[in-house]
Amino acid sequence: MGETIVLAHGSGGKMSRDLIAKGIVPFISNDLLDKLDDSAVIDFKGRLAFTTDSYVVSPIFFPGGDIGRLAVCGTVNDLSVVGAAPRYLSLALIIEEGLSLDDLKKVMKSVKEAAEEAGVVVVTGDTKVVNRGGADKLFITTSGVGVIPEGVNASGSNARPGDKVILSGTIGDHGITIMSQREGLKFDVPVVSDCAPLNKMVAAMLKASPRIHAMRDPTRGGLATTLNEIARQSNVGIRLTEETVPVREAVRAACELLGFDPLHVANEGKLVAIVPAGVASRVLAAMKKNHYGKDAAIIGEVITDHPGKVTMTTRLGTTRIVDMLTGELLPRIC
Amino acid sequence: MKFVDEYRNTELGRKLVQRINRISAKPASLMEFCGGHTVAIMRNGIRQLFPPHIKLLSGPGCPVCVTAHHDLDQAIALGQVPGTIVTTFGDMMKVPGSELSLQQARAGGADIRIVYSPRDSLEIARNGPGKQVVFLAVGFETTTPGVAATILEAEKTKIENFCVKSLLKVCPPVIKALLDLGEVKLDGLICPGHVSAVIGSRPWEFIPEKYRIACTVTGFEPLDILLSVDRLVEQIEKGEPKVETTYTRGVKPEGNLQAQKLMEQVFEPCLAQWRGLGTVPASGLKPRTRYSCFDADVRIPVTVKPAAEPKGCLCGEILRGVKTPSDCKLFGGRCTPENPVGPCMVSSEGACAAYYQYGR
Repeated sequence: MGETIVLAHGSGGKMSRDLIAKGIVPFISNDLLDKLDDSAVIDFKGRLAFTTDSYVVSPIFFPGGDIGRLAVCGTVNDLSVVGAAPRYLSLALIIEEGLSLDDLKKVMKSVKEAAEEAGVVVVTGDTKVVNRGGADKLFITTSGVGVIPEGVNASGSNARPGDKVILSGTIGDHGITIMSQREGLKFDVPVVSDCAPLNKMVAAMLKASPRIHAMRDPTRGGLATTLNEIARQSNVGIRLTEETVPVREAVRAACELLGFDPLHVANEGKLVAIVPAGVASRVLAAMKKNHYGKDAAIIGEVITDHPGKVTMTTRLGTTRIVDMLTGELLPRIC
Repeated sequence: MKFVDEYRNTELGRKLVQRINRISAKPASLMEFCGGHTVAIMRNGIRQLFPPHIKLLSGPGCPVCVTAHHDLDQAIALGQVPGTIVTTFGDMMKVPGSELSLQQARAGGADIRIVYSPRDSLEIARNGPGKQVVFLAVGFETTTPGVAATILEAEKTKIENFCVKSLLKVCPPVIKALLDLGEVKLDGLICPGHVSAVIGSRPWEFIPEKYRIACTVTGFEPLDILLSVDRLVEQIEKGEPKVETTYTRGVKPEGNLQAQKLMEQVFEPCLAQWRGLGTVPASGLKPRTRYSCFDADVRIPVTVKPAAEPKGCLCGEILRGVKTPSDCKLFGGRCTPENPVGPCMVSSEGACAAYYQYGR
């Protein structure tokens, strides 16, 4: 049996140094981090985007990713959707005693791979170990900073009537994957989490047109909640067309089985962009060229009718309200 | 074969709608008994497709919604008995009781846990031998065989700290009670699909025979519902009511005999309280005497004060099809899914929740 992390690993003493040296730093080593000073010191120019998020997903390993990949991608994506180029991350771990060192290393390997893919570096961090029951295996908090290029101004309050709504790919993959892994509800579904860093696709979109009005990554609460937020922030209506919204067959079937609406199910590697009609096809083409945007589609438009609300034209040609998620579908999905 | 696309075909849907509009001349008040149908109708905007003389009314087919206040108060009281763990499906947690909901009782220290299946409760009982685990069984004929199988498993594996608070109900007697009340004049009834998968389509035959009301047994996809309305309208126009099953992929005339056998082995009919409808003879199920050691009413009897319905809430009228959610003054204002006053706004299959979610 491999080594297990115990409370003493969080004591701040020699065992802590050992854990950090063996299980953490080798995976994310870089000049700024390796100094191991109390703060990373960085030269910076330009408009800064700064964000933070905590990750408590259960289980910590799931098809298509793990909590490490999620913690990097989630923060990278939060920076990306305001138009920023993500640069530096912090990484704080809260470990429940009893986690195996091998599992920690597996998570850290994912952190390394996701950071390399996104082109970001982890420059500072923290590690704590808590009593059994004080956390659930592993919680991670990442913060991130990025630089916003000149001329970019993407915000949820910038949607304008006439704009097109573009979605980067299929919805619900992450939420259904996690649901299928939960104790007491395990089911086989041929779908994996979409967890991915979207910054390179966003850079290509902004190159196609810096006039993108708004971007969001529809995580918890799903696409429906994200679009309702934008409709309210911008005081506009949004109308979707049901048949244009990409949903995998397996996700749709699982949603039928569980009584969910795919529009309410979480994603971790998708974004929705609100763009002026004149540049929509250019932005869409740029998205489709990227691996993470190959299924991108225009799914609706921004209208003056019913400000603050989202509606959908169904396959039968009828109209229905698309409301925010109320209550909780899936506990601890990210 | 794909799972659902065949039943969402736009072209077929349009053709059915055209046909319904062409053949329908007589007024047709149709009730969908089941909450699952209400959700499908609202989610697909199906009411918008028919002329005004075809009306779709929602019925009492949501097990959470029809749970009487008094029964819910008893369940909450069970959760407050020291050493007891109450397990329940998630939908029940937010339903307001006279004073508390299960969710609020849990916040106050009661051990109430959400399970996805009755068997999970057995697992909790196995792992907590010092505690009494009470599964709050809410559901219709669809849920009952699973509860029956769990009781049999508890007996076989000698798990003594497990019992069931049965709020289980059966559908045919309540439909009869609703029709006998005569408050709403119905021309057609969309019978519950999943319930029929268990009991079959034969138990509905009394409806056309005795009440001259057209009936269909149908599934939950948009085309299922359109086809069902098409069949009902044709029966109404011809004046030839009968039970037609359009859900042949799920329902046989005789139903699922194995599931029926399980139900009959473990449960017997009893008087049951329905919110909005009062007590209906033989519409509930309780464990037979042979299984009374798994009956929470026998094992841990609790008494609660008589319950009063919340003021202004029209859940009762809505469950009987007399009013629609939009008739209720509380709808969308004081009563929302976040802050529900009545159960129809809580359950994912409740009429008010479906109207709120898809139809405001």
